[in-house]
Amino acid sequence: MVNMIEIRFHGRGGQGAKSAAQLVAESALDDGKYIQAFPEYGPERSGAPMKTFVRISDTPIKTYQPVVNPNIVIVIDPTLLDSVDVTEGLGKDGILLVNTKYDAKSIKKKTKFGGKVYVVDATKIALETLKRNIPNIAMLGALIKITNIVDISKLKEKIKAMFLKKLGEELTKANIEALMRGYKEVRGE
Amino acid sequence: MKALTGAYAIAEAMRQIEPDVVAAYPITPQTPIVEQFAKFVANGVVRTKMIRVESEHSAMSACIGACAAGARAMTATSSAGLALMWEMLGVASGLRLPIVMAVANRALSAPINIHCDHSDSMGARDHGWIQIYSENAQEAYDNFIMAVKIAEHRDVMLPVMVMQDGFITSHGVQNVTLLEDNIVGDFVGSYEPPYTLLDTKNPVTFGSIQLQDFYFETKRQQEHAMETAKSVIKEVADEFWHVSKRRYGYFERYKLEDAEAVIVTMSSTAGTTKAVIDRMRARGKKVGLLKIRVFRPFPYKEIAAALKDTSYIGVLDRSMSYGAYPPLYTEIRNALYSLTSRPKVQSYVFGLGGREITENEIENVFNELLEGELTESMKYIGCRGEE
Repeated sequence: MVNMIEIRFHGRGGQGAKSAAQLVAESALDDGKYIQAFPEYGPERSGAPMKTFVRISDTPIKTYQPVVNPNIVIVIDPTLLDSVDVTEGLGKDGILLVNTKYDAKSIKKKTKFGGKVYVVDATKIALETLKRNIPNIAMLGALIKITNIVDISKLKEKIKAMFLKKLGEELTKANIEALMRGYKEVRGE
Repeated sequence: MKALTGAYAIAEAMRQIEPDVVAAYPITPQTPIVEQFAKFVANGVVRTKMIRVESEHSAMSACIGACAAGARAMTATSSAGLALMWEMLGVASGLRLPIVMAVANRALSAPINIHCDHSDSMGARDHGWIQIYSENAQEAYDNFIMAVKIAEHRDVMLPVMVMQDGFITSHGVQNVTLLEDNIVGDFVGSYEPPYTLLDTKNPVTFGSIQLQDFYFETKRQQEHAMETAKSVIKEVADEFWHVSKRRYGYFERYKLEDAEAVIVTMSSTAGTTKAVIDRMRARGKKVGLLKIRVFRPFPYKEIAAALKDTSYIGVLDRSMSYGAYPPLYTEIRNALYSLTSRPKVQSYVFGLGGREITENEIENVFNELLEGELTESMKYIGCRGEE
């Protein structure tokens, strides 16, 4: 196993990329890992393209440079594929995970990325479970399925612990449903 | 361990210290510190009196008043907020009030910019405050707790500012180990001021006028307090090691012993430099780091001893002193003057206004140093229009 996993999330302000990054990092910390979770800083503007980064390591993390060569890229908003070079710095042994209604083959063609591509329709899942277009949690489910970087049951517990007080029982349940559907519905090429 | 931002880690330290008074005004990227602390106050977690003010000038003024009245007082700020405090910073140190302030470093205007550089606190370096810089959230937390004990030491009685890099540290989530509440409580103890305004049985004057008669002597005493602070900082770090098992000095040596080329820098960039050193050492390159923690009082003698055997030094400053060499470079060069055989030193300026600094850029610095490409001019890392 590589010593350190680096993840870059591409999303738009308000889609929960930052929270998703923090959730996965905190779950890894509960697993005894060293973590960093930090957005590409700027005033947060709803709807504006943004990046956020996660590092997970078995040893203390020293560097503070932004993630330039990610192992995994997660695209939460599919419209960014037209305006942002999401595979920048992503090696051929890397993973690209995209929220889209299209299949992995067409994303592969569109991005010209030679490595592994996975897709999940997280927007549809979010609309059906949360009744709102916040696809971050479904994307996390998909991420865990393809990488196993944290235990899915541990992430479930984390979501329960974090969301129950803030959002109430119903929305917490809906988020867990979104997580599990993302986990089950992700497809790869 | 917990996953915390640097800002949240300071708020936790403040909660555990539970000062009598916190007076603050929000400014990015410091805001989450006092925002979280205000929640602790509102939820009754602490009994601190939170004073909401209309500016940072007032925030520092309120801290000064509270501290002169015998209270343990704290605040936090950044950038323009620190600049607006200017006048009152000197009042706090001149009146020998042990106020502790967290600073999330941010560039100064103009152009307007919310991101990290050290212009704000470097501009305040001659204002009589002890200055401690933190590499990460853990160090920010630890330094903030130690700052209380240093400031309030009877032979010091000086205000302390504890810096962390704005956004990079203040908003980045990392592993942080907090001490137990009672351990922090016991460590900082209670504040027993030698003189207070409210001690009516022993009336004293704060803020008297001193002209040609006594001003000079009072200011000379401030310098004496800074000299004493040097040994107190060490004592407090030793005590802190006993409760935390985390050791702190005036500076940190990282693979310095046999290093031919050394980078001297501070705060989060020191962390990135360590990552570069690890990968260059794996290829047999003799490179090392000296990370400054205490910038005021500046440990000249100790630094000279630590750097005497190295050949090439690059000093990386995240601020400038327009028309002169930058602050950290100036001090390092000054420290080396006492040596008979002096290493060569190159000045590098980087990261103004939050410009990213990458591992590759730092590796390039080491390569330049190892090749002996040192000059008397300042070099700029990652600045367009150079070379």
